[in-house]
Amino acid sequence: MKGDTNEQALLKGLAHNDSKAVEIIYKDNFNMIQAFILNNNGSYDEARDIFQEAMIALYEKSQTDSFVLTCQIKTYLYSVCRRLWLKRLQQMGRFTGSVDGFEETVAVEEDLETHEKRNAEFVIMDRALNSLGEPCKSLLQGYYLKKMDMNALAAEFGYTNADNAKNQKYKCLMRLKKLFFSQYNIGE
Amino acid sequence: MDDILLLDAIERYLSGEMSPEERAYFENLRNTTPEIDQMVVEHNMFLHQIADYSANIQIKQTLHEVHQNLLERGDLNEGGALSPKGKVIQFFNKYKRVTAIAASVGGVIALFISGLAMYFSTAVNDPKLEQLGKDLEVVKKNQQYQGDIINEVTSKIPINARLLSGGSGFLVDVKGYIVTNAHILKGTGAIVVNSKGKEFKSSIVLIDHVKDLAILKINDEEYESIKSIPYTIQKNNSDLGEEIFTLGYPRNEIVYGMGYLSAKSGFNGDSLSYQIQISANPGNSGGPVFNKNGEVIGVLSTKQAQADGVTFAVKSKNIHSIIEDLKKSDTAFQRVKLPNKSTLKGVERKVQINKLEDCVYFVKAYGK
Repeated sequence: MKGDTNEQALLKGLAHNDSKAVEIIYKDNFNMIQAFILNNNGSYDEARDIFQEAMIALYEKSQTDSFVLTCQIKTYLYSVCRRLWLKRLQQMGRFTGSVDGFEETVAVEEDLETHEKRNAEFVIMDRALNSLGEPCKSLLQGYYLKKMDMNALAAEFGYTNADNAKNQKYKCLMRLKKLFFSQYNIGE
Repeated sequence: MDDILLLDAIERYLSGEMSPEERAYFENLRNTTPEIDQMVVEHNMFLHQIADYSANIQIKQTLHEVHQNLLERGDLNEGGALSPKGKVIQFFNKYKRVTAIAASVGGVIALFISGLAMYFSTAVNDPKLEQLGKDLEVVKKNQQYQGDIINEVTSKIPINARLLSGGSGFLVDVKGYIVTNAHILKGTGAIVVNSKGKEFKSSIVLIDHVKDLAILKINDEEYESIKSIPYTIQKNNSDLGEEIFTLGYPRNEIVYGMGYLSAKSGFNGDSLSYQIQISANPGNSGGPVFNKNGEVIGVLSTKQAQADGVTFAVKSKNIHSIIEDLKKSDTAFQRVKLPNKSTLKGVERKVQINKLEDCVYFVKAYGK
């Protein structure tokens, strides 16, 4: 099927965080989800949150080695959003007993469990990073997130040479690791 | 200090920056010292964690940017107010151009007519009056012409339309009239697929959101009407406990399900529908609910989300009433006739299904 190869290409793009592919998927699916959320007691902001959450879940799924999507992107996103929205409604106590719409869905519970676990890990990492304090936080962010090289970092933070900066980076990293794992293992 | 050196070594080892000799030495060290091995594993996991964390931040960033871009270009809209009004606002935004055109055409005509009226009002018996009538005819024709253009644009949409939703539907007239749920038809049109997988173009001829029913008409040259429909549409209410079954398309293939009628009213006492005990899945919407004689007693529509098997079906007498509405709406539909002969009574279920599946269609709604 022609649609299939097209969708494969889009998913590949998404896996590489290619904004063009993200935009196409976004444009093709957002309105449907927005309509669904709006028709079921939601707001525009909630529609955006839920949709982006689902996109992230799909993105994470596309990262795994054994990744195959056995249904259309549209069906997958709809299923995830529906699940997420039902859950959110229940949490907020706004659940009215029935949700409109009988579109095709696929089972996404397992994926969502992985996704939630991931989210929890990110929260721990976020907390650990934020409790590090400066300049540790910025130094690590510069090296591991912005992928700056050691010389540039040394210059930016005012270390006399790259080796000193590197030493400092490792000290910070050890602290971060300790903070992260203390939380992480509790979480387990 | 030693820790730092070790960490540096591990990081270089994991990123593959070590020279072959150094690597061999380090691997040997790993083999002989479990603590170091453990550290490598742990650090590797930690680096992955950081990488994932960083990727997560980046994808969020991308999503945010894409959302803003699309908003600016008007591909998305978040028109202000909250939920229940959302639908109306969306509709307004969708059709505001058409509305604007219609309003300005209306305005021009109003000015034109009032101008003419003022001009001619002094001489009522003037022969020019006739001319006015003609002019009005011209205006009317123009209007009609404009109307035609608007209609034509919408009917061409299927070329690059997207599928929006799907469900089931079933024949109520051999000429190709299909009853389904209104909520399935989200977009501007629909196609139907029969149990053999063949697709037909169709148009929405009537939609009733209160009853949640809609009628589609197949208009496709390839459609060959079947000789007769083997079921009737019940006018009376059915009884509690009656055995029922359904056919529908929760997947791309026709699926059979069986259950019983569990209450004479629907969700929250809704008297338009029945509660039935049957396992229904998304995609079953719009499918027929048959009694054991193979007569249609309802149209499967919704299910209660937190309860298992609690499903609701619109009562079949509503089909009779929307068919009446349809006949009233246009003389072209005068000849629509609901089937009046049920031929499946006392027949084995397998045979019933065999006959019925030709009449149950997969409905796919599309839109821009």
